Order: sequence, then structure tokens, then C-alpha cells
Amino acid sequence: MKIKYFAWVRERIGKAEETVEPPADVRTVDELIGWLARRGETYAYAFETPRVIRAAIDHAHVKPDAIISGAREIAFFPPMTGG
Amino acid sequence: MSAHATIRIQQADFDIAHEIAALTRGRIDIGAVVSFSGICRGSENGAPIAALTLEHYPGMAEAEIKRHTDEAMSRWPLTGLTVVHRVGRITPGENIVLVLVASAHRQAAFKAAEFLMDYLKANAPFWKREESAAGTNWIEARDHDDAAAARWTKS
Repeated sequence: MKIKYFAWVRERIGKAEETVEPPADVRTVDELIGWLARRGETYAYAFETPRVIRAAIDHAHVKPDAIISGAREIAFFPPMTGG
Repeated sequence: MSAHATIRIQQADFDIAHEIAALTRGRIDIGAVVSFSGICRGSENGAPIAALTLEHYPGMAEAEIKRHTDEAMSRWPLTGLTVVHRVGRITPGENIVLVLVASAHRQAAFKAAEFLMDYLKANAPFWKREESAAGTNWIEARDHDDAAAARWTKS
């Protein structure tokens, strides 16, 4: 699945997007955050406070317990500050 | 004719008078247009800033604004809507966002404009980074923006 990162999540990880293949036991958004955070120091830093991270699946906001199976694109970003 | 929403995300500035004219041209069912402009302030938390840079999530930003304009049109009898959100580097005094709401009467237009701005601030995927003498910093979300959006939730 394609993963996208925005704002300081993108800066901390050092990339805007990538394709990952998480193992089958990674079922939800917060499990995916946990799995990504173990990929290295930059990921651990980006996801050090999971409760502030917002997620979207296929362009729609989702909660941490959302199921990721079937997702084409999952995005992680900080709380929004537009407008 | 049902209401139509014009949604644009762009680097370029917008002209408010031009956007209002485009929304109302040839229409005799519009009795009120409410316009909200968000403008870049020269300071953030009391400290001067040189500029803001706005990042967005292409695709989701348009979808999220559309979701909110659809919701506004379902809640109030609107006859037209325009949302323009700028991205990229914006200096103090420049426009950031425009919301225009047209209706037969003013009450629906005022309410829908406020609803849209509250929802866009809390939910549309845009992020502001400030440039100042201290360097660059991502602006933190304010809890009162979430609270402002939550007060529109139907109980």
C-alpha cells in the first residue's frame, strides 16, 4: 500500500511517500503506526506521540482503530492548521 | 437550479470582487452573499513573522472541502458557494482563504459561511509553517478550532 506523509511527519521521516508491505497481523491504523515506528530512528521520531498523529485512508479521515485492509493510500499528518 | 460549489486550491492570489461577480452573474435568485477572507497576520503569538508556507494534501483537500460544501448545502437553502484556498508562500497582509456563500436571505448565508470556516480549519488537510527570525516552525493546531467545529455537530 502507498503511504504518504505531510508537514512535520514528512520532515521527520525524510520522505513524502513510499510503498510498504506490512505483515498480515498489522490490521489497524494504530498497529500500522506501531509497525512504521519500528522501521528506524526517523520513523520513531515522527511517531513518538501517536495520539497527535491524524490519519486518512483513501482521502477520508479515519480513527486509530480503522481497518487498513483494502486501502490504496494511507496518509499520516499532524492536526490541520489551514483556513 | 440546485446550488453549485466552486472549489479551487491555488498558489495565486484571488480577487474577492471578481469571485463575487462570477458567483452572482446572471442570477436573480440570490439575495445575499456573505464573504469571509482569511488573511496572513504579521505576528504569531506576539512574535513577528516573515511569511507563512501552506502545504496541503492534493486530492484529499479538494474532497474534504467538497464534503463540507455538500453538508452546508444540505443544511441551509444556499444558491451558490465558492471556496478558494491558497497554498505555497504567503506574506503578511496577503489573502489565504476565501469563502463565499450565496442565498436568497442573509441568515442562511451567514450561518453557512461560519460553519464552513469552522469545519475547514479543523478538518481540511492544510498545514501552515511560519518563517521568523527564530527560523521556521510548524504552527500548532488550536484546541478552540476543534471546539468551534464541534459546536455544529447535530445532537
